Amino acid sequence: MNKRIFLAMALAALPAVSQAAAQEKDAGQAKGDKLVYAELAKAPEKARSKHNPLENDPDAVAAGRNLFARHCAECHGKTAEGGKKAPSLRAAEVQNAQAGAIFWILTNGVIRRGMPVWSKLPEPQRWQLIAFIKSLGVRSASPVVPSPNPEPTALKEPSLPPR
Amino acid sequence: MFPHFRIATRVFALLSLCTAFSPSLHSQERPYFVAYDHYLEEPGNLEIEYFSTFGTQRGGNSFHSFWTEFEYGVTGWWTTELYLDGQTTFHDSTLFTGFRWENRFRPLKHEHFINPILYVEFENKNGADKILKEGEGHDVEADFLTPNSEARQEHIREVELKLILSSTFKGWNFTQNTLAAKDLSNSPWEFGYALGASRPLALKASAKACTFCPENFVAGVEMYGGLGDRHNFGLHETSHYLAPVLAWNLPSDWTLRISPGFGLNDNSHRFLLRWGVSREISGFGRMLGSLFGVRQ
Repeated sequence: MNKRIFLAMALAALPAVSQAAAQEKDAGQAKGDKLVYAELAKAPEKARSKHNPLENDPDAVAAGRNLFARHCAECHGKTAEGGKKAPSLRAAEVQNAQAGAIFWILTNGVIRRGMPVWSKLPEPQRWQLIAFIKSLGVRSASPVVPSPNPEPTALKEPSLPPR
Repeated sequence: MFPHFRIATRVFALLSLCTAFSPSLHSQERPYFVAYDHYLEEPGNLEIEYFSTFGTQRGGNSFHSFWTEFEYGVTGWWTTELYLDGQTTFHDSTLFTGFRWENRFRPLKHEHFINPILYVEFENKNGADKILKEGEGHDVEADFLTPNSEARQEHIREVELKLILSSTFKGWNFTQNTLAAKDLSNSPWEFGYALGASRPLALKASAKACTFCPENFVAGVEMYGGLGDRHNFGLHETSHYLAPVLAWNLPSDWTLRISPGFGLNDNSHRFLLRWGVSREISGFGRMLGSLFGVRQ
């Protein structure tokens, strides 16, 4: 009898336990994401002030989309909204960051947090990737945090461009 | 069923499934066969590679050596690799020649003009090994004349250290590897080098996904050879090679490589033809963990 009561109680508690575990995991992931976003602020001023030389290239976004699908989607998700391994690139922290700061992160990686160095991609391809990322616009559950030096929004589109 | 057999079956099944159904991940692979640049495997990814070398042999039979590599990104700063080596000497025999376990470490957090990588390898092979993965000491072509049945009797346990200095500038990669190897028997330290330069055929990506786009090809050249040993350092009685290299990164996640190599002196094989194929399996660590019930 005692065993049955214990089993019933355990079954009843299971959803709460799994929800708590999921919440703990989400909280851990959110903290990890914040640490990666914080790396953007570490970009030196010289790197941050760089402008995307392909900003006005009509093919840059389409080429960047292909590069994203090949190199980044596995971790950041197909729609760049984040995955198990890497944070969303549509968060305000990324979308409002200067192109130069994103370029610096791409070039240097965040090695201790699992983001590889992408300097193996030639510079023009890294800028094409940034043109695509910046074209996605903000989509975030958290409120938009204005950046001290917001980037021009000429490339921004409301949603992921069709392939 | 024996536990180790069950584990081996599971890993084999996982590898087969991963190769067939793994998520798309197209990486920009280095074209080099001997030299290393400073790029490590992405964390949690496994790259399975098969390489072959056909070599001519003056005064003996030509050979075909082959090795399989399992390259795994443990962290962003540590990549580990297991090699399984073998060879066929024409008109002689085919045999397994041993294994190698190598590790590459990235000591610096950020990208610099010159990026160092520390390389540590343990080799357990026999004297019939012909993969020519590096030039070291006083290795010369004549060493390969020994018949397989005799050469396989020699057991070699060796530790190899490399300092890899690599730089990427305007799309070009330049790399310089310095090698020091010590047979764990009473042999002196031996030295060698490898140099490499490579560049994608196009720096900008095309707006349309394509197979034959120039940015999918990386071409270059590598040069490698021995530098003698602690008692006799230098170029005397050493072999050296120059080899153009070409890698084709296919959109289907496969990479093909080819490299004709040419001996630069009388101690070197006149001609080596290398080719290889590799595929990267993304998220292998996560899949392996869930298969064996390891909490992520």
